[in-house]
Amino acid sequence: MSESLATVSYLGATILFILCLGGLSHPETSRRGNLYGVIGMTIAVLATVFGPRVGGAGYAWIIAAMVVGAGIGVYAARTVQMTQMPELVALMHSLVGLAAMLVGFANYIDPAASAQMVGAEKTIHEIEIYVGILIGAVTFSGSVIAFGKLSGKISGNPLLLPARHWINLVGLLVVIWFGREFINAHSVSDGMLPLVVMTVIALLFGIHMVMAIGGADMPVVVSMLNSYSGWAAAATGFMLSNDLLIVTGALVGSSGAILSYIMCAAMNRHFISVIAGGFGTTGGTPAAAGAQPAGEVVAITAPDTAELLREARNVIIVPGYGMAVAQAQHTVYEITRLLREKGVNVRFGIHPVAGRMPGHMNVLLAEAKVPYDIVQEMDELNDDFPQTDVAMIIGANDIVNPGAQDDPNSPIAGMPVLEVWKAKTSIVMKRSMASGYAGVDNPLFYKDNNRMLFGDAKKMLDEVLASLKS
Amino acid sequence: MPMKIGVPRETAPGEKRVATVPEVVEKLIKLGFTVAVESGAGDLANISDEAYRAAGAEIVADAASLWSSSDIVFKVRGPSIEEVGLLREGGTLVSFIWPAQNPELLQQLAARKATVLAMDSVPRISRAQKLDALSSMANIAGYRAVIEAAHHFGRFFTGQITAAGKVPPAKVFVIGAGVAGLAAIGAASGLGAIARANDTRPEVADQVKSMGGEFVAVDYQEEGSGVGGYAKVMSEGFQKAQRETFAKQAKDVDIIITTALIPGKPAPRLITAEMVQSMKPGSIIVDMAAEQGGNCELTEPGQVVVRHGVTIIGYADLPSRLSKQSSTLYATNLFRLSEELCKSKDGVIDVNMDDEVIRGTTVVKEGNITWPPPAPTLSMAPAAAPAAAAAVKPAAKSHGHGRGGSSASSTAVGLLFAAGALIFWGIGAGAPAAFLGHFTVFVLACFVGYMVVWNVTPALHTPLMSVTNAISSIIAIGALVQIAPPLADGGVARPEDWIRWLAVGAIVLATINMFGGFAVTQRMLAMFRK
Repeated sequence: MSESLATVSYLGATILFILCLGGLSHPETSRRGNLYGVIGMTIAVLATVFGPRVGGAGYAWIIAAMVVGAGIGVYAARTVQMTQMPELVALMHSLVGLAAMLVGFANYIDPAASAQMVGAEKTIHEIEIYVGILIGAVTFSGSVIAFGKLSGKISGNPLLLPARHWINLVGLLVVIWFGREFINAHSVSDGMLPLVVMTVIALLFGIHMVMAIGGADMPVVVSMLNSYSGWAAAATGFMLSNDLLIVTGALVGSSGAILSYIMCAAMNRHFISVIAGGFGTTGGTPAAAGAQPAGEVVAITAPDTAELLREARNVIIVPGYGMAVAQAQHTVYEITRLLREKGVNVRFGIHPVAGRMPGHMNVLLAEAKVPYDIVQEMDELNDDFPQTDVAMIIGANDIVNPGAQDDPNSPIAGMPVLEVWKAKTSIVMKRSMASGYAGVDNPLFYKDNNRMLFGDAKKMLDEVLASLKS
Repeated sequence: MPMKIGVPRETAPGEKRVATVPEVVEKLIKLGFTVAVESGAGDLANISDEAYRAAGAEIVADAASLWSSSDIVFKVRGPSIEEVGLLREGGTLVSFIWPAQNPELLQQLAARKATVLAMDSVPRISRAQKLDALSSMANIAGYRAVIEAAHHFGRFFTGQITAAGKVPPAKVFVIGAGVAGLAAIGAASGLGAIARANDTRPEVADQVKSMGGEFVAVDYQEEGSGVGGYAKVMSEGFQKAQRETFAKQAKDVDIIITTALIPGKPAPRLITAEMVQSMKPGSIIVDMAAEQGGNCELTEPGQVVVRHGVTIIGYADLPSRLSKQSSTLYATNLFRLSEELCKSKDGVIDVNMDDEVIRGTTVVKEGNITWPPPAPTLSMAPAAAPAAAAAVKPAAKSHGHGRGGSSASSTAVGLLFAAGALIFWGIGAGAPAAFLGHFTVFVLACFVGYMVVWNVTPALHTPLMSVTNAISSIIAIGALVQIAPPLADGGVARPEDWIRWLAVGAIVLATINMFGGFAVTQRMLAMFRK
């Protein structure tokens, strides 16, 4: 395959990738979009393998490596539980980061890669390598920590080192200093030391950054790492002078950045303050003493809940991370189906940051076969709560906290929330009275029209379902 | 120095409500206020002086000393001329005012250098719902309208089959499905009647259904929603079609409850004398718009009259007829307003004209008439509210969360462009041509990504992440070209093994991602179904 043919193939792949992302604008076109992505990737890989830059000697290696990778990838994709989706995505980001690191190192030690370069061109090339490895390393270690936090292997609480901003700043200065050393190095072996030191610092920075972020901010972190993995690919593209990598990396990078922005807006917080970390401090004192909610918490039993649901005309279900943890989505769907057969108008209200990654709840509900047209966004149904008979909150807390609107001293003040307390009755399913990730007490629990259904969400919902059927 | 809230006895004839109740007195005291209540103020709402005293209020024997000693006066009805005279110079008054209908009252109050908050002028935005006294009163009025109708109606509301024969259910037709209309629908269907409703705003059809009523549409296309969720005046063509619909309903139903009001205008004449004539003898019309002239031609405000065998109820004091209930709700609305006015909880009010709710409610501020307020923002679009608020008060703190920086000020945009230009200039001056080509591609791709991703529906954000993740395994190409490049130049010693193993490692990792990412995306997308 000639150089030109390979370039044209890359162009085709680029267009297919853009169509792929464009297809996701609607569930009905999304499957075709994914197909475009697969085709684009196939074209890109084939064009590279049979293109002018890969010699015959490499085929055996390539095939072996790809078979191994494909086997692992497909196996992981088939076996993963939908509730583990955030972990899987985080883990996959780390793979991209690691691959970017490896490619960067390989490129640096390859004298053929920069043989003809001189002057500014060589400097830029070295900066590209340096930056590429830097981003790759941060993505890698950050994603590994995110994976650990999401899968519960590491505590979700933020780890706050003293003077953490100074540590980061010093790390940045050291990285810049070694960057200068690296560019001034005359041989590959001279440059290796600064490169390795920088990689270690970048890895530590990635760990530190994600460790400092609380569990409630995980959607932001996951989408941010998504963005980083894109920038890592783009940096690699610059390094290798490959436009396809640049375009794809930029697409992924901007996609992740937009998602991060959407998540931050949904929590009414600035991106910087999320990254700076330290928000989800469990055990944090609930704001001012004057804001302490007072009143009685009224518990309710599963049969009474079923009774309320049966008599309702309009029901809105608000799922949260607790539903994912308890794997209760299938029972939720059964209840929904039963109620809908009885003519009850059941809808789902999804807060943008419900769960641990963007769109987490939608995926779980889709897995349970809940039709997507009754799954609505917060803005679509927030005005409908006053006409709603029962609002059922399953394992969500901060996203239904009226304090965000009423109490200017609340740490989550100004965050848009689902106004479940305006429904005639709200039922909160929770294991205990513990506060949510934001560590804020929830005045909703003390409202007159609120009932608490304590217990594991799955077990309680099973009981509700049984009572509904009888 | 905490301020004193005074609650006088209502002087309007027939008015049984009172502007505070003992439960609310306690809450007001917690906010830091002291509360004085005129002796006998709660008598007609069955609340004794004792009850007020037990809640911590001071009981004042006569109106004159109450008015003169109070910093803030809470009332239900707007003040009479004598009461305006009693109001302390520079004092604060909170009550219903109806500024559009009572311009002289406004002038008189302004002359007293008073600050006046009109409970009828609370803006209709989500945040202000808790102090929307019109809604609380309308809710009560709607309920009472059905009760009055039932009282005059000679039959059951619910259908029954008894040993003595079959009783058909009453048919109730409600015109205007606002708060009062919806409350009436709820009460009527609760009693077992067949409730129907009509409204010029088609979007309330669902609300009607949710209250147990059926929506009777007028067969004519016109959007009837005015600003702030109220109705507006309709075109002639629509009105004709509407009259036909009503005439048809009038022949069929037993009870008509009319609630149609347009802010600041006389009530629309919807039920003509012919329609009344066409109704069955013994039918009832409750005209809840009687005070504003009535929706029915034959209504006599404040009276119950029988015309053509149809009882027409024109009471204008329906909320007052449930005095205890309406007093409690109204008092709570006032308490919510006090909370807004006194955020520091120190018993001193701050009439903050930068607050959209307080700005809308305040009709006279320290002797200056501030009515009408700037147009309220649309209640159906809460997202627009902060932006509009920022426009009203440019000095207000902006959170800058507009999508894509749409709310950023022009200076910020200018700075951004300047910084961008500087960066581009720096790159253009220093970088070689080959780099610039790639850089162009990069920047354009960022923009394409930006445009495409905003269109992704939020429900698909997780698939978006997994598919972008799969796509980012394009980095495999970087490893592929390193594994065995056809070496033309030779000469240079190349650490083949090292490079190969690094590249193989990268290929494995990227391929895991590639296959895993696409497969899991496919799996997720297959689940999304209608």
